[in-house]
Parts: sequence; structure tokens; C-alpha cells
Amino acid sequence: MDFQDYRAGEHAADGPDTGPASPREHLVVIGNGMAGCRAVEELLARDAGRYRVTIFGAEPHVNYNRIMLSPVLAGEKSFDEIVINTADWYRENGIDLIVSDPVIAIDRAARTVTSRSGRVVAYDRLLIATGSDPFIIPVPGYDLPGVISFRDMKDVDTMVAAADAKNNGGGGEAIVIGGGLLGLEAAHGLSLRGMKVTVLHLPGTLMERQLDEAAGWLLKTALEARGQTILTGADTAEIFGQGKVEGVRLKDGREIPASLVVMAVGIRPSVALAREAGLEVGRGIKVDDHMVTSDPAILAVGECVEHDGQVYGLVAPLWDMCRSLADGLTGKVNPYRGSVTSTKLKVSGIDVFSAGDFSGAGAGCEDIVLRDASRGVYKRLVLQDDRIVGAVLYGDTGDGSWYFDLLRKGESVADLRDLLIFGQAFASGGGQADPKAAVAALSDDAEICGCNGVSKGQVVSCIAKGAHSLDAVRATCKASASCGSCTGLVETLLAITLGDDVQSGPKTMCKCTSFTHDDVRREIIAQGMKSIPEVMQKLHWGTPDGCASCRPALNYYLLCALPGDYVDDQQSRFVNERLHANIQKDGTYSVVPRMWGGLTNPRELRAIADVVEKYEAPMVKVTGGQRLDIFGIKKEDLPAVWADLNAAGMVSGHAYGKALRTVKTCVGSEWCRFGTQDSTGLGVRLEKMSWGSWMPHKFKIAVSGCPRNCAEATIKDFGVVCVDSGYELHVAGNGGIHVRATDLLCRVSTEQQVLDYCAAYIQLYREEARYLERTAPWVERVGIDYVKQRIVEDEVGREALCARFLYSQSFSQDDPWAARAEGGEREQHAHMAQFKPVKAEEMA
Amino acid sequence: MIGDWLDIGWVNEIPVRGSRTVTVDGAGEIAVFRTGDDNVFALRNRCPHKGGPLSQGIVHGHSVACPLHNWNIALATGEAQGEDKGCTPTIPVKVDGGRVLICRTGTLQAAA
Ligand SMILES: Cc1cc2nc3c(=O)[nH]c(=O)nc-3n(C[C@H](O)[C@H](O)[C@H](O)COP(=O)(O)OP(=O)(O)OC[C@H]3O[C@@H](n4cnc5c(N)ncnc54)[C@H](O)[C@@H]3O)c2cc1C
Ligand code: SF4
Ligand code: FES
Repeated sequence: MDFQDYRAGEHAADGPDTGPASPREHLVVIGNGMAGCRAVEELLARDAGRYRVTIFGAEPHVNYNRIMLSPVLAGEKSFDEIVINTADWYRENGIDLIVSDPVIAIDRAARTVTSRSGRVVAYDRLLIATGSDPFIIPVPGYDLPGVISFRDMKDVDTMVAAADAKNNGGGGEAIVIGGGLLGLEAAHGLSLRGMKVTVLHLPGTLMERQLDEAAGWLLKTALEARGQTILTGADTAEIFGQGKVEGVRLKDGREIPASLVVMAVGIRPSVALAREAGLEVGRGIKVDDHMVTSDPAILAVGECVEHDGQVYGLVAPLWDMCRSLADGLTGKVNPYRGSVTSTKLKVSGIDVFSAGDFSGAGAGCEDIVLRDASRGVYKRLVLQDDRIVGAVLYGDTGDGSWYFDLLRKGESVADLRDLLIFGQAFASGGGQADPKAAVAALSDDAEICGCNGVSKGQVVSCIAKGAHSLDAVRATCKASASCGSCTGLVETLLAITLGDDVQSGPKTMCKCTSFTHDDVRREIIAQGMKSIPEVMQKLHWGTPDGCASCRPALNYYLLCALPGDYVDDQQSRFVNERLHANIQKDGTYSVVPRMWGGLTNPRELRAIADVVEKYEAPMVKVTGGQRLDIFGIKKEDLPAVWADLNAAGMVSGHAYGKALRTVKTCVGSEWCRFGTQDSTGLGVRLEKMSWGSWMPHKFKIAVSGCPRNCAEATIKDFGVVCVDSGYELHVAGNGGIHVRATDLLCRVSTEQQVLDYCAAYIQLYREEARYLERTAPWVERVGIDYVKQRIVEDEVGREALCARFLYSQSFSQDDPWAARAEGGEREQHAHMAQFKPVKAEEMA
Repeated sequence: MIGDWLDIGWVNEIPVRGSRTVTVDGAGEIAVFRTGDDNVFALRNRCPHKGGPLSQGIVHGHSVACPLHNWNIALATGEAQGEDKGCTPTIPVKVDGGRVLICRTGTLQAAA
């Protein structure tokens, strides 16, 4: 058969563009596995129309994720869930897929391949991606029925059937020969399926190619604890059985019965086809940096190749190879330069990570080791010339990708050395404890999802193209869609790329914790927590002492929960609250004394004028809240300024605090011809009731004497508009960045009611809003109906809220200035030391 | 003064997770920090961003969040963390018998 014959046959790709008129080159792929298919995907992504593609697969399936066979065996996934490309995908991309029909010969002169069923297909370019053959140790009995390898879906089916057979009275014992990654995953799956599993491993250490003795021992102990029998130093002499497997005999004479034997002792590049075709073959099919074999028309990729003396048995290098290959096929030069690999054991609940050379045998190699017996954690880093060359992590593998990245980049870790072993959070200093910063620092080609070979750059670009949720990312670039161990990384990338736009669950309080504000508040009360360190300990804070965003929040939550009992933590307060003044851009402070309801008198004005002169304040200004703001005071002068103002009877205006700022008023019935009530007097009473209270955010009140609303009460957190019949109470207004008019809460008829409702409303806000959430977003979040229900409809509840507010006010209504003016907390203001002069020559 | 070291006071005078300032003629203000794990660091009291007084920031871990725009500065290196770029000069500091000593030459260099 020639090319034309084939095209006329049942597998001909149809459509005019394949005809002689537009002779697209024909790319034939041998092997429908991880590498072969990925190469085609990469090619399509670059230039979909360039080649006509035919893929031969020996297996009867569409392309699936081989590394997920372990979870399938373990019963954690179904086959459908590990399919990478469905039949539709082949069809839509015009790819001719021929399954269950392995290629058995390549004729390089004629440029054809021949399959077992006799198909002859001509190629312009041939891609060999035949993967590996499992290595079968040729002990007597290796070919008995019941002896299998662990390589493809058929093997998984056999294992599952054997395990099921047990339930029908069949054999319940399995032996896995080989205690490497694959063997242990097989053993894990079989034992989850109810079989009694024995692992026979020739070397003394499990996974000896990835783990050192210590980690291997921990692993062995953990597996034994799960009921597996692990025999190391176990040399298989014979597999015995009559007509089918009955057991294994070791060289030391021990016999272990089994109805299933899985050989997982290693793999060999599948090179027979290439060798017979006369291609250059070493351990694998030899390829150059563009994945071209010794025949320029033939490429090879995946486990079957040998590049620069290396053969690989993991997927990560395949992705690199496939990129170089696809670039090459579309006329771009992107040489493959080899890969450094890392491995993880996919046995649920046992975390093992290994990368690079852990033997520490090279010249000048040093080890850093951390063991934490009670947690079952073991970490070992091998350094050479201040660079990481190997890493073994057991029990806590969270920093694996960081170490691996350092290893791949060959960066010097001299600066981090002391803390390196404790992981990225510690080694990079407090600020870097931010897991986001860590992920942000990863290079674009850093691998995020090992299962699907997705790099950081790919995830980010898929997010940029509109995948704004974890599910969307999973659906588009497949990152985190398989074993899910990289879900956290993907979420972090979403957060970094989108900021607040991520469509996901509720946001955590900050990077130090996985709890939300609401969770933390609830737990503080439920568990009766009493201090910041206690909260951090009990809620597993990820940082030693929090950060600049969680500490002020925790301080507030505790303060609100425990009025009178909680000891305020000054160091967890923003500078303005710590110094009871507003920090300005040049590092000086501004001071706002309270002027109740906006009223003042000659004494106060004189005191302010004196302060301005005495401390040479460069500016005084009337604020939006009808107070006077004195600017440009030095930190060390603040206590003296306050002393002078206190002397005139003035107290702090809390203009710096997450607290009641001011109560703005109009003149109302006392002077105004429209005024219906005493808005000024009411304002003063409201301010006297509510000043000094700490809140989630700043809080502003205003009272207008009539609906002309001169005090702008309808853009305040709590606004009162006096009307003939009484008072309209408004809530959740905001004059800030997002101007928001208030919602009407209700109407009341007496001043006392105004005060009570106001107190109850403030307390509800104090108890339920998140720190730094102003009333406007809070009410929008919980709904005005909810607030009405709590304040207006639930009379008992309102009274209780009001009582709680007044109770907490009994502790908080003292003037912070007074204590400081008398010398309290001197260290907040005075320099620790002063040296004049310090010039070198003068000191000598 | 002891050799090249200036004695600036008792370590207990610095609040834990807080800082105190020291003024040195010719060197501006120095901020001396004491962290939660009782390490002491000294930095020029100026944020690399827009000169915020770092001494007034919230100290967390071995970093301080600048009070002006919340840049996080590593106390050990003076480097801005995360995406921000910039560095504040650090001054060698040690605690000896409960007294805090800062390096005089380092102080002068920080001013330079
Ligand atoms: C159970 C299991 C778990 C694994 N876990 C991991 C892991 O966690 N991490 C990791 O990095 N790697 C893992 N691996 C290894 C990973 O699967 C391989 O590195 C990867 O599949 C190699 O891709 P490949 O395309 O070269 O070979 P394969 O994926 O094996 O594909 C080769 C395909 O070619 C077909 N084929 C062979 N000869 C012919 C022919 N003559 N004609 C037509 N078709 C042919 C084969 O049937 C096969 O489908 C695991 C492997 C197994 C088996
Ligand atoms: S709000 Fe009404 S009462 Fe108050 S000053 Fe304006 S017009 Fe007069
Ligand atoms: S001045 Fe420090 S963050 Fe801007």
C-alpha cells in the first residue's frame, strides 16, 4: 500500500486541504501516551493547520494521564477522570487516532510505518513516543498468569479484578516486587482495595533512588503501620505456582503466598522499533536538542529517548521536550537542555519529596538535616558550594517546590543557610513569610502542576485570559485538576494575578491564617480566648507573631469581646492610635481636640491658638467634622501639646482612631428659623455617650435640625434628621471614596430613643463587622433588613445591645491624652538616647 | 562609649515588638527595634519608599510595616519585601549585659 492507498482507506483524514492541492505534511506519531499526545497538543497550539496528524496507539484508549493510574488503582479516581483528551478532541482537531494497533516496523527509505494489523502509513515526519517497557526480572515463573507489571490501564484492571476476586473467595494476598515509587503506589492501591500486601525490596532502603536511609526508614514504618509487610534486602529466587501464581520464594528460602505478583522494579526505554529501523540507540533513542533522531525525518520524545546521555522516567522533562519539539516543527529554535527532576510519592497521607542528588557524595557536599520525631518530619538538604544539589523531605513537603526551584536555578543560598532547613517562610525573613510572595517569586517556568506539566507562566496566562476561579483554571490549563496537591499554589496564583477579583470562598483574614475574620471572631468567643498569642496558638497562625494586618484586627476583636478585661496591645495598633495623633506625610503629627457637637468657646480657642504659636504649628484647619486640626507637631512634643490642651479642658478628638470621630451638627431649633428640634444639643449628647469607643473602623455621626440637612446627616455612619414629629434615624452613609447615602433605619419620637438606638446600632456594628469594614459595606453585606430586625423589631435585643455598649463605655471613656501628658508611656515619645556630636574625629 | 560601640540604653526600654529612636548628630534618626523573639535591630529611621518613620510601624516577625504606606521592611537587611524595591541602611547593633550598643562607624555610614 502506498500513501494514496492509505488515504483512501477508512482512516483517511478527509477535507480538501489534505489533498494534493495543498500538500500538508503528514506527521505520524507512534505512541498515544503522555509525550506523544502532548507533543501534538503543543504543535496545535503553535500552528494548528501545519501538519496532518495520525497517531498510533498500542492501547485501546484515548490519551490518559498515566501518572494518575495510581489514584485509579487506589479507587480515588475513575478512568474517565484521568482522560486527557477525549475522542471529540481528536475529531475536532482532525487527528486520526488508530488504537489497539501498535506499529511494528518503520521503513525509513520508503518513509512508511507498518502496524500489526497490516496498515502501512506514509509519513513526512515521524515521531516516536513509545515510552518505556516495564523491566521484568527473568526469575523462574515470571511468565505465570497473575504476574503483571504496573504500566497501563490494563494492569490496573487486572489488579482491581484480583482484589475483587478475593471477595468471591479468591486469593487475598498480593506481592509487589520493588519498593520504588511505582511499587509503593501499587502496594498502597492494592491494600486500599483490601488485599494483604507484601513489598519485596532488594536494597536495604525503600525508594533508595530518591530517599536516604533515614527517610526510607520513616516511610517503611508508616507503611507498616498501615498494615503492609515490607521486606527489605529481599532477593526473589522464584515465582512459583501451578498454572498460575501461588507465591514467591526468596533466596533465603522464605516463601510468601500470593495470588497476584506485581513487578515494579524499573523501566527501560522502549527502543526495539527504533533499533530495528537502524536509528542510533544508546540506553534510549538518541536525540539532539530538538528531539531529532539520527534520521532527520524522525523525531522522538518522552521516556523512550536519550538526550545528552540522560533518560528520564518522569513527566516533567517530557513537557520541556515537547515544547522544544513543537517549536522545532514550526520553525522556531528552542533547544532542549535537559531537565532536573523531582519526585513525590502519591500515597495519600504520606508526604515524600525528593529532588536532585541526595547522596551527598560529591566533593565538598554538606548536609543540613532536620528531624522532628514526634511530628514524623525529616528534611535533608545537600549543599555544594553554597548551592542546593539535593533535597529529601519526609512528612512536611510544603517547601519542596521552593527547594527545587533553588536547586534548578543553582542560586547561592549562602545568605539563607542558617534558616534554609526551616523552609521558605523562615529563611526569607518575616516579610517573605507571605506565601504569596513566595509564589510570586517563582520563575515563569517553575512547575506548578506536576501531574499535568503546567508551569507558572501557563497558569498565569490562562488566568489572564479569563479563568478567574479554581474550577476555571482546572478546566482550561488543567493545573490542579488531577491529584490536587498543587491546589494551594494555583489559588495563590489566582490571588496574585487577580487581587480581589478571585471568585472563590471567603477571604482569609490575612496571609498568616486560613481563617476568615468571621471565623476568628466566632472562635475567640466560643473558645474564650483572651490574648493575641493565645489566638495565634489555638488557630495555628502561620507566622510567629502575625502581621500588620491581623494584629490590629485581633487586638480590636479581643477588646470588643472582653471590655474591661482585655489588656490592649499597643504594639498591635497602628501608629495613629498608638500616638493618639494623625501621622502626616512628613512624619509629623496633627492633633484634633474634641469640640463637643462642634461647639467651642473663647477658652478653647485661646488654648488652641497658644498651642499653635508655642509649637510653631505651620497650619490649623477646620475639618469636615467641624473641629480644628493643628498640623506639624513633632512626636516628642505631643505630650506637651496635650498637656496644654487638657489644661483648657479639652480632650482627645480621636480623629486618629478606628473610633467615634466627630458628631457634626447644625444649629437647629435654637437659632435656625427652620429648625424643628435641638440638633446641636442632641449632637452633644450623642457625642458624650459614644466618644472613646473603639470600633472596626472610623465612625461619624451628624444631626440635622430639619430635612434641609445642613449637617449632611445622610452620608454619615449614623445620621439623625430632626422632623416635626421626632427623629429620623439613618445608617450606613459614607462620604468617602464611594459616596453612599444612608438607609433609613426608623423614626423615633424622643431624644432618649435616639440615644438608645444609636448605642445599639454602634454595638451591633462593633460586634459583627469585620475589622476595617465601615458601616456602609457592612450594612450592604448583611442587608438593611437584618439591621432593622436587630435594632428596630427586636426590642429585647436592642436593649441588650445598648446595655453592652454602655457597659463597655464605662471602661473606655477616658482621655488617652491625659495619661500621656502626665508622663505615661514615655517611651512612645522620647528618644531612647541622643548623641551629639558623633563625628568620628570629634569622638576620638 | 565602648570602642566603636555607642551605649544607648537598656534593652528593656524598648517595647517588645516595638522600637525606640536614637538621634545622632550627623546621622539623623536611628530606629532600634526589638522583635517578638527578642532580637534587636537598628535601621535608619526612614522608609526607602517616601521616608516614613519606620520606628512607628508595626513590628511583625523580623519585619516592620512602614506607617505611611505599609511597605514591609526586613529588619535584618533593610530591604523592602515582596514587590517593593528599596533598602534602608542598617546599623550593626548588639546587646551586651542588657545594654544595647550600636556601631558608631555604622551609624555614620548609614548617614552617608
Ligand atoms: C503508575 C504510574 C505512576 C506514575 N507516576 C508518576 C508521577 O507521579 N510523576 C511522574 O513524573 N511520572 C510518573 N510516572 C511516569 C510517567 O507516567 C511517564 O514518565 C510518562 O508516562 C512517560 O510518557 P511517554 O509518552 O514517554 O510514555 P507513555 O506515557 O508510556 O506513552 C507511551 C505510549 O506508547 C504506546 N506504544 C508503545 N509502543 C508502541 C508502538 N509500537 N505502537 C503504538 N504505540 C506504542 C504505549 O502503549 C503507550 O501508550 C508514572 C508512571 C506510572 C506507570
Ligand atoms: S438643617 Fe434645618 S435646622 Fe439645621 S441649620 Fe439647616 S435648615 Fe436649619
Ligand atoms: S514611606 Fe514607607 S511605605 Fe511609603
